[in-house]
Amino acid sequence: MSAVNPAIEHLHEPHHDAPPRGITRWLYATNHKDIGVMYLVFGVLMFFVGGLLAELIRSELLTPTMRVLSPEAYNQVITIHGLVMVFAAVMPITTGFANYLIPLMIGAPDMALPRLNNWGFWLLPAAAILLVLPWGLKLLGIGTGTIDTGWTMYAPLSIQAGPGADFAFVAVLLLGLSSTMASINILVTIAQQRAPGMSWLKLPVFVWSWVVTALLLIAVFPALMAGCVMQIADRHFGTHFFSAAGGGDPVLWEHIFWFFGHPEVYILLLPTTGILPHILATFARKPMYGYKAQVYSFVAIGVMSIIVWAHHMFTSGLPAGVEIYFMLSTMAISIPVAVLFFCWFGTIWRGSMTFETPMLFALGYIVLFGIGGLTGLVLSDAAADQQYHNTYFLVAHFHYALFGGPIMGIFAGLYYYLPKMTGRMYSETLGRWHFWLTLIAFNVVFMPQFLLGIAGMPRRIPDYALQFAPLNMVSSIGAFLLGATQLLFLYNLARTVFGTAGAPASARVWEGSSGLEFTLPSPPPFHTFSTPPVIE
Amino acid sequence: MSTIGYFLRGGDDMSGEKILQLGLLGMAGTVGLAGPAAARAFYNFQTPVTPIGRDVLFIHDLFLIIIAILFLIGTGALLYSVFAHSRRRRAHAATFTQPVGRKQWLWASTPFVALLIIDYLILGIPALHSIWALADTADAQMTVQVTAHQWHWQYQYPAYGIGFSSDLSTPQQQIDNQAPKNPHFLLQVDHPLVLPTHEKIRLMLASSDVIHAFWVPAFGIKQDVVPGYLRKTWVQIDKPGVYRGQCAELCGVGHAFMPIVVRAVSPAQFQQWVTQERAREAAVAATASATYSETQLLAQGRHVFQTLCAACHQLNGLGLPGAFPPIAAGHPFAASAPMIAALRARGFYRQGEIVEGPVVNHIRIVLHGIPGTPMPAFAAQLSAADIAAVITYERNDFGNHTGDVIEPAQVAALEDGH
Repeated sequence: MSAVNPAIEHLHEPHHDAPPRGITRWLYATNHKDIGVMYLVFGVLMFFVGGLLAELIRSELLTPTMRVLSPEAYNQVITIHGLVMVFAAVMPITTGFANYLIPLMIGAPDMALPRLNNWGFWLLPAAAILLVLPWGLKLLGIGTGTIDTGWTMYAPLSIQAGPGADFAFVAVLLLGLSSTMASINILVTIAQQRAPGMSWLKLPVFVWSWVVTALLLIAVFPALMAGCVMQIADRHFGTHFFSAAGGGDPVLWEHIFWFFGHPEVYILLLPTTGILPHILATFARKPMYGYKAQVYSFVAIGVMSIIVWAHHMFTSGLPAGVEIYFMLSTMAISIPVAVLFFCWFGTIWRGSMTFETPMLFALGYIVLFGIGGLTGLVLSDAAADQQYHNTYFLVAHFHYALFGGPIMGIFAGLYYYLPKMTGRMYSETLGRWHFWLTLIAFNVVFMPQFLLGIAGMPRRIPDYALQFAPLNMVSSIGAFLLGATQLLFLYNLARTVFGTAGAPASARVWEGSSGLEFTLPSPPPFHTFSTPPVIE
Repeated sequence: MSTIGYFLRGGDDMSGEKILQLGLLGMAGTVGLAGPAAARAFYNFQTPVTPIGRDVLFIHDLFLIIIAILFLIGTGALLYSVFAHSRRRRAHAATFTQPVGRKQWLWASTPFVALLIIDYLILGIPALHSIWALADTADAQMTVQVTAHQWHWQYQYPAYGIGFSSDLSTPQQQIDNQAPKNPHFLLQVDHPLVLPTHEKIRLMLASSDVIHAFWVPAFGIKQDVVPGYLRKTWVQIDKPGVYRGQCAELCGVGHAFMPIVVRAVSPAQFQQWVTQERAREAAVAATASATYSETQLLAQGRHVFQTLCAACHQLNGLGLPGAFPPIAAGHPFAASAPMIAALRARGFYRQGEIVEGPVVNHIRIVLHGIPGTPMPAFAAQLSAADIAAVITYERNDFGNHTGDVIEPAQVAALEDGH
């Protein structure tokens, strides 16, 4: 498998034990750590782009008739906020973790397909540019701006939309190609490059989370890509897949989109549920609880996530029997997710805990994602969902699930692995400020949105009735604080990466850490595990 | 040791750990107790007035209690662990990694059994009840046809042969912050949907363009209106009153501006209203053969324009670059090739500018819309008199001085044929 003849390996080593210099290091990168870092940098950058769009949204909603944005621009901003956060921020960051960590965790010298890895990454900036380019063109007087249909791109609104929609559909095609390449690479690496003795059930939980994530991506992204091609054909080539005027079916697009879209939620979530137990175990100084239970839960969540999509369509007018099936199957997902929660509690239970920044974010994850999960319980109710669907209740729910989960998990993971990647400690004080302000501000933003939804405020409206004014103002002020807080994070990150202020990190970094990645120096050399380690 | 005393002494040795403990305690307090309690007390669903609405409120209340309990148990366990299992209190961590022995396995499986019961029995049974109730649109005493347009609703009562469109009546000035806002800002219409109480009413929903969603919170229903389908749902309103809702599926730039207002009245009053409405519609039909003065037409035209047209073409008639053409002639306009071609073919576009085209084409555009562009057909929702008025207004305001006066008869003549 990966038993490379040490003599041959030795012959090659002198040629590239140091990274090439200059821009070509990044353009031609095939080293998994370089590509991982590029994914992380790109993702964090786009997180701030998406965040800026969120601030625009909340500025518009500060009072009932702000005119920060016109209704046209507002619809474009909410659409790009969603697309950027999902495809250009969270997914690249979790893929970055995968690229950087999986070879280190399984004792492989690199990813199995390094050139594919390079290609997969470089498609991303192209896709991101396509998403926002129509705004640039509009400034030059060309076109009407970007896609304005919401990130769900429902037909036939999408067919009516301006040329920005074409840019978005092509961007999604590129993103799909990129994700599919990355997923194939990750699966091949895990299947083929494991160090001797690293059996499947010895793989770290993070690696397992990516096995399921990659399988999901390969299973569902092609459906969305096919759908995007059909949308483009409807818009330009006279077909009528989704246009009722020509005998097509708008609900078909909803099925295609959510067949991808629901597993996508778990694609965003699973990698961070993989990082979380490592962090909890490290700072509880205790072995992980329920390893096998977590692995089986990942698999169960992955399989179930493919068969529950239409719970996003309970108001579309599906027959009662279909709604009941999707309700019951959706409820079943609560079981494997609850198993994960149980294992997280089991991991810290009777440990000897300290509360460094990664641990704070991990605990915050449990609380906030818990709220997202619990409110999901009632959304699965096909009848009650009529009252919650497309209201701010739903908006709050999925932000608790996707910020409370993946983004809190990403912060936890970044603080946890930053000393390993850079060889320097970040500022613990700044990290704690970042955590506490994020936790408070996040709840100030989204707790009022639950109440707004219950009171009857629909989502995706730039102006709203007067009874929604006070809570919207609270939510917006929270959003400004939440946004400003992330600048602390950016400063802490820059200070650690570029500065010399941080204390040097040891190989183990944390007192309680374990795993192959912590047997290497911090930062790890350019090439690692050229001779595979042997697992007991 | 007294943790509370620790916090009370405060300051001098507050480590990160103590801040965490204090913070989690505060969060559990506010989120776990105050959150749902406040939601229940101040921000519940609007008081339901239909059987489905009451079902959903019951589920919602039940669910709030259940998730509050689950959240408190979860956060309580987390808090306890953060307090009791910190390094300060336990120098040595335990090493267990799974339940050991039958008793521990039993304990470990209780949360999942409880969750199954919550999912499939406590929440599942009421859910099934309301799904079936919602799906049962049989035995309705009356059917109302609801048609969604970008961006207003149209209601028809087939049994009575009446129908009308229902537009946002909040003046554009209030939306543009140039006038004080009405208490029902953005939730008021010119013609509300009038329904009798205590009768089961079937709503048949259709869309003329994109997906919309019909949502009135007090009725507990939200039904997507999908082009190409006839969707149905039902209401049975117990209490007379005015109920307000709005479109709940993103349908373009006017999505926030197509509210639904329902006036529920007793069956006897409903019959009276039907008589009045028939008379009103007869009067409107009579206007098609009436003749009006230019002043009358301009006044009515301004009203129609500000209600229906200004959302896209703007109050000042200058439209929006790239999307909606100006009404004011002589202004440059650039947009997609199909839209420019359509405008040019109808004589409204020359050399990069909007120009005043022939009256006949103007009438046809308003009557039938421009296929392939956002311009909708107004034949079904505006009377011939209103169309005559708005076209007269458009051709004599915004700096246009054609002097054309269009009478309803000219519109009526073009109404049936193209």
